[in-house]
Amino acid sequence: MVESRKVEDLHLRNLTKRFGDFVAVDDLTLTIPAGSFFALLGPSGCGKTTTLRMVAGLEDPSEGSISIGEQDVTGLRAFKRPVNTVFQSYALFPHLDIFENVAFGLRRRGVKDIKPAVEAMLELVELTPMARRKPKQLSGGQQQRVAVARALINEPEVLLLDEPLGALDLKLRRQMQIELKRIQMEVGTTFVHVTHDQEEAMTMADTVAVMNEGRIEQMGAPADIYELPETVFVARFLGQSNLFAGRRESSGSDSVTVAAHGQQFTIPNSRNNAPGGDVIVGVRPEKMTIVDAGDPIPDAHDRIAGRVVDVSYTGVSTQYLVKTSWGEEISVFEQNDVVGDQSAVGDSVEVHWARDHAFGLDGTGTSADDVESAMPVV
Amino acid sequence: MPALIPTSTSEAPPQVAARKPRTGYLLLAPGMGWLAVFFAIPFVTLFITSLQVPTGASGVYAPGFDIANYGEALSQYGHLYIRSFIYAGLATLFALIIAYPLAYFIAFRGGQWKGLLLVLVIAPTFASFLLRTYAWRTILADEGPVTGFFNALGVLPEGRILSTSIAVVAGLTYNFLPFMILPLFASLDKLDPRLIEASNDLYASPVTTFRKVVWPLSLPGVVAGTLLTFIPASGDYINAQLLGSITTRMIGSAIQVNFIQFRDYPIASALSVMLMFIILIVVSIYIRRSGTEDLV
Ligand SMILES: Nc1ncnc2c1ncn2[C@@H]1O[C@H](COP(=O)(O)OP(=O)(O)OP(=O)(O)O)[C@@H](O)[C@H]1O
Ligand SMILES: [Mg+2]
Repeated sequence: MVESRKVEDLHLRNLTKRFGDFVAVDDLTLTIPAGSFFALLGPSGCGKTTTLRMVAGLEDPSEGSISIGEQDVTGLRAFKRPVNTVFQSYALFPHLDIFENVAFGLRRRGVKDIKPAVEAMLELVELTPMARRKPKQLSGGQQQRVAVARALINEPEVLLLDEPLGALDLKLRRQMQIELKRIQMEVGTTFVHVTHDQEEAMTMADTVAVMNEGRIEQMGAPADIYELPETVFVARFLGQSNLFAGRRESSGSDSVTVAAHGQQFTIPNSRNNAPGGDVIVGVRPEKMTIVDAGDPIPDAHDRIAGRVVDVSYTGVSTQYLVKTSWGEEISVFEQNDVVGDQSAVGDSVEVHWARDHAFGLDGTGTSADDVESAMPVV
Repeated sequence: MPALIPTSTSEAPPQVAARKPRTGYLLLAPGMGWLAVFFAIPFVTLFITSLQVPTGASGVYAPGFDIANYGEALSQYGHLYIRSFIYAGLATLFALIIAYPLAYFIAFRGGQWKGLLLVLVIAPTFASFLLRTYAWRTILADEGPVTGFFNALGVLPEGRILSTSIAVVAGLTYNFLPFMILPLFASLDKLDPRLIEASNDLYASPVTTFRKVVWPLSLPGVVAGTLLTFIPASGDYINAQLLGSITTRMIGSAIQVNFIQFRDYPIASALSVMLMFIILIVVSIYIRRSGTEDLV
């Protein structure tokens, strides 16, 4: 591998892609810092692959520009860009063996003495014994590793990974995640990693961008986005959230009070993203605690009364589904770290959480039903 | 190379291999029967005929073992084999050059029109082979615009096209073109366009992508297409007869003349048997070579 080289920021400016009337990527502007591990996260069909294809030069943008550092690459043909892709479908060359697949990019650039480089690369992805096999003779996971090796060996400025770990089983997936992260830190290449696995995005990336319908909904460090989602979509897509639609009642110097379903909830001003009077109060399930009705509740906590309708024990935690008086079902995750009785289905309980953990989302134009009835996207 | 012939029975799972072999032979029976009726019996008949001896009466021959038929056929018509293979080889080459871009275009750019374009490719074969070849006589006629055009350029050594080897090769190329296009299309259509993108992504220019990815992956189609063109073209006599002259006769003409006009069945059969053997040898060398060629 190379010593630290000069890698430059990737800039996308007003990048737009239309297929006929359909807008696949909508006015995307973002900067991906050099050498960072950037994850593009979003549901199927939101435009992730299309974005990567434009960066790789395989798709012409309808509008906007792409540059790497100072160099505008928008008009540059794919084979001239210092960018390599790990394709969603692998796209390995079926007529070439694994060694030649990996060597392909180096050969095209006329690199001399490629054998040691290819062998080192195969070593890295643990495919040395497969060097002389054809892609068809490998398992899906092995093929994916070849696809990673084939792109990475070229030491591109930007490596685009389109769900490269999609077909792997969980164990290999974790292993490859760690491996990819290690390689990324070693080579210092900018990685743009597309995935719809939120856990993968959060564990691997320095920056996560959540994409929806061709737009970036929110971008930031994984912990920041998770702790303080800015839109209902992000709150739902990244982990689960309990959401209550209400109206702002009063604003204090450091918090706002929101009335919803005849109850009052408090959100720190710093965590309130609602500009107007319609506020959606959000609380993550693991931030909630469940107690028997009537039990004392700590100061600076908000509460909701309800009835337990489902309990599922998952080992590390127990997940409760609690039905509120207005019929909304809220999820509560409790660590199994207390000895003694747990709540059971049918119990009347109170759910409470520290006010500092609540967040406020813009509720303009969304009805309570929209927000509260939708199942959380897992 | 993924050749025309199914390969690697050795990799079959063990339980299949362990099965009683008799069942296997039984399963082969229909295929064997087909081969016997349509290949073995006619060939054996042809071979027996090629060794028959004359009885003196025209067109009547007695069973025999006259190897001399072969010697006579070869000394009389040997040069026609060479000419046939040159003409067929040229026609195959030209057909490949014309068909490849066409098949490529239909496979990758055809989109919703693919089906229609393919029908258009085979549409000429709806008309009889003979008629189409006659039509070429008109197209290439001495007073026609084609001949006029090339004469204006001054590139025709004999000042005409019809009755020259140019016309014969052109006719062969035209007549067997669909047999080149279809297998080429089949293999190009199977080619995943994402492989071309991957190649572009890995620093291969369009030309290099063609050389290193598209061409090697289309080789099965190239091999099939060239064989389907070369084999019938080398045995053809219609084109030589209708578009050529006495100096452009091919081996097919000799076989036809001996069979129909001279009623010299042993000589005609000997010519046919030799043609088959030569083609067999040429083809197996060709398949062998394209199979082991380093495709990288
Ligand atoms: N060539 C095309 N023609 C028309 N529409 C297209 C084309 N390519 C993509 N689209 C549309 O653009 C949208 C975005 O597609 P894209 O492949 O970028 O999604 P994605 O986010 O990568 O989804 P996934 O997670 O399923 O891979 C989709 O709705 C898709 O149908
Ligand atoms: Mg995709």
